[in-house]
Amino acid sequence: MILKPTTPEEVSDIVRAHRALRPVAGRSKPALSMACAEATMVDVSALSGVIEYQPEECTFTALAGTPVSEIDRSLAQQRQYLPFDPPFSVRGATLGGTVASGLSGPLRYRYGGVRDFLLGARFVDGEGQIVRSGGKVVKNAAGFYLHHLLIGSLGRLGVLLDLTFKVFPLPEAMTTVVASYPTLAEALAALDGLRRSSFEPAAIDVLPPGTLYTRLAGIAETLPKRAEALERYLNVDTERLNGLEEETFWRDARQLAWVAPDAALVKIPVTPARMTALDEALATDGVARRYSGGGEVAWIAWPGPLATLDTLLDTLQLSGLLVIDAAGATRPRLDPRMGVRPGEPFLARARQALDPNGRFTARS
Amino acid sequence: MDTSALLASLARLYPPARLLTRPGGLLPYESDGLTVFRARPRAVVLPESQDEVIETVRLCHGTGVPFVARGSGTSLSGGAVPHTEGIVIALNRLNRIIELDPVDRVAVVEPGVINVDVSNAAASCGLYYAPDPSSQPVCTIGGNVAFNSGGAHCFKYGMTLNHVLGLKAVLPTGDVVAMGGRSLELVGPDLVGAYVGSEGLFGIALEITLRLLPRPECYRTVLAAYRSLEAAGDAVSHIVASGLLPGAMEIMDQLAIEAAEAAVHAGYPMDAAAILIVELEGETIAVDADLARLMQVLSTSGAYETRIAQSADERMLIWKGRKSTFSAIGRLSPDFIVQDGVVPRSRLGEALAEIERLGREYGLRVANVFHAGDGNLHPLIMFDGREPGALERAESLAGDILRLCIALGGSITGEHGVGMEKRQFLPEMYGEADIACMQRLRRAIDPQEIANRGKMFAEAIVASPVL
Ligand SMILES: Cc1cc2nc3c(=O)[nH]c(=O)nc-3n(C[C@H](O)[C@H](O)[C@H](O)COP(=O)(O)OP(=O)(O)OC[C@H]3O[C@@H](n4cnc5c(N)ncnc54)[C@H](O)[C@@H]3O)c2cc1C
Repeated sequence: MILKPTTPEEVSDIVRAHRALRPVAGRSKPALSMACAEATMVDVSALSGVIEYQPEECTFTALAGTPVSEIDRSLAQQRQYLPFDPPFSVRGATLGGTVASGLSGPLRYRYGGVRDFLLGARFVDGEGQIVRSGGKVVKNAAGFYLHHLLIGSLGRLGVLLDLTFKVFPLPEAMTTVVASYPTLAEALAALDGLRRSSFEPAAIDVLPPGTLYTRLAGIAETLPKRAEALERYLNVDTERLNGLEEETFWRDARQLAWVAPDAALVKIPVTPARMTALDEALATDGVARRYSGGGEVAWIAWPGPLATLDTLLDTLQLSGLLVIDAAGATRPRLDPRMGVRPGEPFLARARQALDPNGRFTARS
Repeated sequence: MDTSALLASLARLYPPARLLTRPGGLLPYESDGLTVFRARPRAVVLPESQDEVIETVRLCHGTGVPFVARGSGTSLSGGAVPHTEGIVIALNRLNRIIELDPVDRVAVVEPGVINVDVSNAAASCGLYYAPDPSSQPVCTIGGNVAFNSGGAHCFKYGMTLNHVLGLKAVLPTGDVVAMGGRSLELVGPDLVGAYVGSEGLFGIALEITLRLLPRPECYRTVLAAYRSLEAAGDAVSHIVASGLLPGAMEIMDQLAIEAAEAAVHAGYPMDAAAILIVELEGETIAVDADLARLMQVLSTSGAYETRIAQSADERMLIWKGRKSTFSAIGRLSPDFIVQDGVVPRSRLGEALAEIERLGREYGLRVANVFHAGDGNLHPLIMFDGREPGALERAESLAGDILRLCIALGGSITGEHGVGMEKRQFLPEMYGEADIACMQRLRRAIDPQEIANRGKMFAEAIVASPVL
């Protein structure tokens, strides 16, 4: 059953009236909105629109079902942006879904991810209570940060109603330096050097077998000089991307457009020190992959059985998130989390507080 | 609650030198940076290992005796004030930097590590730890985590929360839990983000994984002097509107300038009604272009004098003046209360005018120094505690300022925490359902409410303020 509430109060009534629930909105990340047959789907896409946007404050508040693309547009009109670069906007991702899935795009490298830009939220907890957490100002140390529990909660702790974000001035221009290395090891060595240098790229992505994409952002007239300095530093064959070509490259990266539909899209948080081990395992299986956020996350297109990846992640002591299952996957997976799960005892306590009757976790 | 059983067990766990029970030994632990609150604990323990902390918490849990974790005791909200029926677990000796990994750009530290020591240790790798509270030469990472402490560089780089990637903590029930990791990215709820800022109510952080950043190639620090506080505030709005993203934007008013000057001779213009400090940092080429733009904005903002720090020493001196303001106020007044409210940046002028009016009404001097980029005010309310009723007047003025911040759509605290001082204002900022949910979370984590009881939320029996 799918219900489509139009007010926060309706959401709260629906939660009270049902024993198993799964909030959904844009369905741009289908593996995250899978639910057991008995579950009631709460589609919040009608809770949409900007509630408050004051460009001079660098903050805005919008309803959870607001499409990210709409936010991108209204911010751009004021020459501002969401620096964590929320993905899947072309597929209809909403603000609430972005927060609940905890996803950020390549630009997260410079200023941070979704957890660094969410200032506050209103949500309906598992007992149907409407709860507000955090604030509408850029700094607030009052009370527990309940809204942080909702970041990455995958709809398993509450239904987000509205969200307040911090935004930044949009850089005037961007340019990208593409450096090619014979092996991934060499590309990773360059990444390591860059991460510890005083260069301040907006994004760094690594594409196996050995290409390093470094994006610079800032005042237009400074970019050629900064790019030259970077090229001198990298000291290998480089290419420069500009204009539409540059934009398209990063838009595709942000939207994960390169993932083939017959593979499962999985996000794996990593760190540079552990990338080699992960990459060796993936390379043997010929998995398409991309290292983003300056080496802090791997996006992979997994072609095989998910159970094999579960085992691999457990062995490597990594976590994973199944974002989109392979087209035609025969047995849909209810729980998208993979690999290790740090902090379970703390999460169990949070769940006891926010959803004591397990309405959001019933059979998932 | 079985305090004598607890004390007997503690005596088996700790040598006498590390279990303080005599009044003389307890005295330094009776209050924190907000000295109006004072309480004598039953005992203070000085653990030297994580295991000792864990065992101590388990003993407290077993006997139902409350405990308060303590770092350096610089809290400005009474957060580290002891419970009279309980013990203090002082963490200064848990001060190992367990790991410094330049490749992953993280440091794993124990809670008693001093904030600035993380940057000092990371300097050899060209890295630093960004959150820089003015108390950074003394405050601990454990205290920073508990309060989500800020500093001068929050607008661009965030608070402590944004720099904590992983945590190992002992919960008030004695269970040890590890959350988060080393990556900036994560799967599953942001548990670390919910633990940070919990003011010691979620047990004790034992190991903290901190994110390190590369040292910027260059800094450009500009000081602009204004004839009015309002003009300085407006300049901040213009800077933000111009598309610049400075690392820091700080304002000091005339009283604050006077105090800082007397204390450290920072060379601030003494005739200014307000000074604005703006700092740009990053790649030299980018920063120089930003600086040109900044100077253009400042030139039309009514600044009657602007200076660019010409050397690292000059830059440090500008910051030294700013960061010593709290302690410097002691030269102008025997006692003072620091407030920490936040207002939307565009309402700074309005808030400051109202604070000035309130100060006059109460007959109290108020100095202002604030993180202008964040709208985070730090009114310093000066009074003489020996004067009958002066403390009450100062507290009442502080309360009016907090209500003003709430009314303007802001917060009662930007970085100092609710602690003991502002707990009665929390229900004015949040609704009943919001507080109830926080309470449910607290009880799920700490059913006996033994961890920092009486902070953030009121308790029936409270320590009375004494001077
Ligand atoms: C002169 C001065 C300037 C200051 N400037 C700033 C500033 O610019 N920005 C800012 O944000 N703050 C500032 N502060 C406030 C204060 O320094 C911070 O709140 C700091 O984080 C407290 O650290 P501490 O080690 O002194 O902690 P304490 O005061 O000892 O404790 C603070 C709180 O943390 C809890 N705690 C301590 N250790 C742990 C642990 N391991 N696990 C769980 N809980 C723990 C305590 O129970 C208490 O509630 C300033 C204070 C002073 C005196």
